[in-house]
Amino acid sequence: MDPNYLKFDSLSLHAGQQPDPVTGARAVPIYQTTSYVFKDTDHAAALFNLERAGHIYSRLSNPTVAVLEERLAALEGGIGAVCTASGQAALHLGIVTLMGQGAHIVSSASIYGGSHNMFAHTLPRFGITTSFVDARDPEAFAAAIRPETRLIFAETLGNPGLEVLNIPAVAAVAHDAGLPFMIDNTFATPFLCRPIEMGVDIVMHSATKFLGGHGIALGGALIDGGTFDWRQNDKFPTLTEPYDGYHGLNFAEEFGPAGYIMRARAEGLRDFGACMSPAHAFHILQGVETLPVRMQRHVENTRAVVAFLVDNDAVGWVSYPDLDSHPDHALAAELLPKGCGAIFSFGIRGGREAGRAFIEALGLFSHLANVGDAKSLVIHPASTTHQQMDAAALAAAGIGEDMVRLSVGLEDANDLIGDLDQALRRSQRALKAAE
Amino acid sequence: MDIQVDNKRVHAATGGKDFDANLPTVVFLHGAAMDHTAWALQSRYFAHHGRSVVALDLPGCGLSDGPVPDSVEATADWLMRVLDALGLEQADLVGHSLGALVALAAAGANPDRVGRLALCGIGLPMSVHEFFLGAADTNTPLAVALMNDWAHGRAAHIGGAKMPGIWTIGADTRLVERAGQGVLHACLKICNDYSTGIEAAAKVTAPTTILTGDRDQMTRPAAARELASTLPDCDMEVIRDCGHMMMVERPDEVLDGLRAALDR
Repeated sequence: MDPNYLKFDSLSLHAGQQPDPVTGARAVPIYQTTSYVFKDTDHAAALFNLERAGHIYSRLSNPTVAVLEERLAALEGGIGAVCTASGQAALHLGIVTLMGQGAHIVSSASIYGGSHNMFAHTLPRFGITTSFVDARDPEAFAAAIRPETRLIFAETLGNPGLEVLNIPAVAAVAHDAGLPFMIDNTFATPFLCRPIEMGVDIVMHSATKFLGGHGIALGGALIDGGTFDWRQNDKFPTLTEPYDGYHGLNFAEEFGPAGYIMRARAEGLRDFGACMSPAHAFHILQGVETLPVRMQRHVENTRAVVAFLVDNDAVGWVSYPDLDSHPDHALAAELLPKGCGAIFSFGIRGGREAGRAFIEALGLFSHLANVGDAKSLVIHPASTTHQQMDAAALAAAGIGEDMVRLSVGLEDANDLIGDLDQALRRSQRALKAAE
Repeated sequence: MDIQVDNKRVHAATGGKDFDANLPTVVFLHGAAMDHTAWALQSRYFAHHGRSVVALDLPGCGLSDGPVPDSVEATADWLMRVLDALGLEQADLVGHSLGALVALAAAGANPDRVGRLALCGIGLPMSVHEFFLGAADTNTPLAVALMNDWAHGRAAHIGGAKMPGIWTIGADTRLVERAGQGVLHACLKICNDYSTGIEAAAKVTAPTTILTGDRDQMTRPAAARELASTLPDCDMEVIRDCGHMMMVERPDEVLDGLRAALDR
């Protein structure tokens, strides 16, 4: 006897939406409204006081955004989500819901440059500090934990080195210390990896990337696994003590497993206001509907491109966890059996100059600061996404001057390989000419 | 708040307002292996609308000390001792599933102590499939998965929750996963073993309301209707497109139904 739940592909298309009861609209409507009419004064008061469920004002919630939130929570195996204006807004919301001045985070060093910037330079101004550790060393996470630590943070696949995080091991470190574990699952998406099932408590996404897939809408998502019992210690008073900003509401007491995501919305969206617009939610929903088929194609194309680059004389190295040569190959096979995504890096022979010639010679790949688009993308991290990191931080994150990062799209794989082939040839000719 | 009953901790939520024994009191009783948060919205509503709310964690569930009592009748007796500890001569009882059985048993055995009775997701007998009981007995994740599959109507399997952004099946799954070792099995077993419901119903004097979901697979509307016919003063409301987990599937309809039930 097996339970009869909808499977991932079905949830991608349906979760969170009932056809509109008034019009019968099958697609998710864009509820382009700022506010919602109350039935009467008691209804209004009950909504504001979390005695009834519903929408009040679109900074707090919106019916179109709510469909996306519920769908992403379902796909990640969580209990609820809050969508935000960007991935960085989701990260910020995730942190400030948990902690304040004097708190400390232990983070993988191999994270998105913008996240590194927030941790290393911006949050300290508000009294929150971060220790960065080797993504491949769970014991380093444990060693960096202090009495004031409130969160362990990492990415499923490191940026840009694609270090595969040993999620179960780091989750055990976090939970042994009575701490929640938050992960950025943007690169893998829930199609390739469902971190909550491996011990992660909170998942965040830049929905701008593969979830949308089209590169037309910014967005983020904070997803609560509902797995962490906030009452297990006294480290999280925002969740376990009465909140004056909400008439003394104790979120863990009143909402149990949903206490964290309820506070993230009730306080974080209300006060910080980095909400997602309904139009953006609609656009990202169009992407999520096809996430499973797109991710399969992304992985197939990436494997073909990687195979081409591995055998190319102009390429010094290729870092992709599918490859036997990648240090995390075995771990990737265990944690990411459907594939390691569509983002990877390689080293071009000739360093910075050859890299510049290569990027400028590409025709089909677009040179820009994004990943996870249906179109193939290329970037040189040391001069763009990670340019705010100093040499030591770059080295700690495994970024060299020769590193080129590709985000492989959905074009015909042979067309992509052809474009790479001609650009690599030009890069090497340019190098010889310079010599 | 915590109180002591039988020298054991009993935890109850009070809906965001301090408990006041001088106000009319409504006691909420949750279903198998859940806790007071099953009533999060409804308990907050009544606490902010002129009543004292006591949303209990049943023995062995949530933050209340165990073990789970060995019968529904024993849990009903425990409930009377909870009322004693709170200094309450009488209270309104609202129960869901196992909690509804406990409320029915308590109202039958102590008619003078129950003002109004609201029974959500109830049917007699509340038989539990042998396979499900077996899975719960071995504490396999399958038991929680089966429970939450059957407990939610098919509409809830797709979603569209009234609470923005909440995936209710996931939330209910996590809630039951939090229950301690053996708690789900113990709760299901006393539901399955409860055989004196009809006798209890005949002794109930409190005005009673039954709320049932038209898509409830665990306690089917026909069984609820049969129980309603045996209660001396019972209204019954069928909530459309709703399974067993009506408090999250149809929170507004449940709240409106409870408002009517407690105002009778």
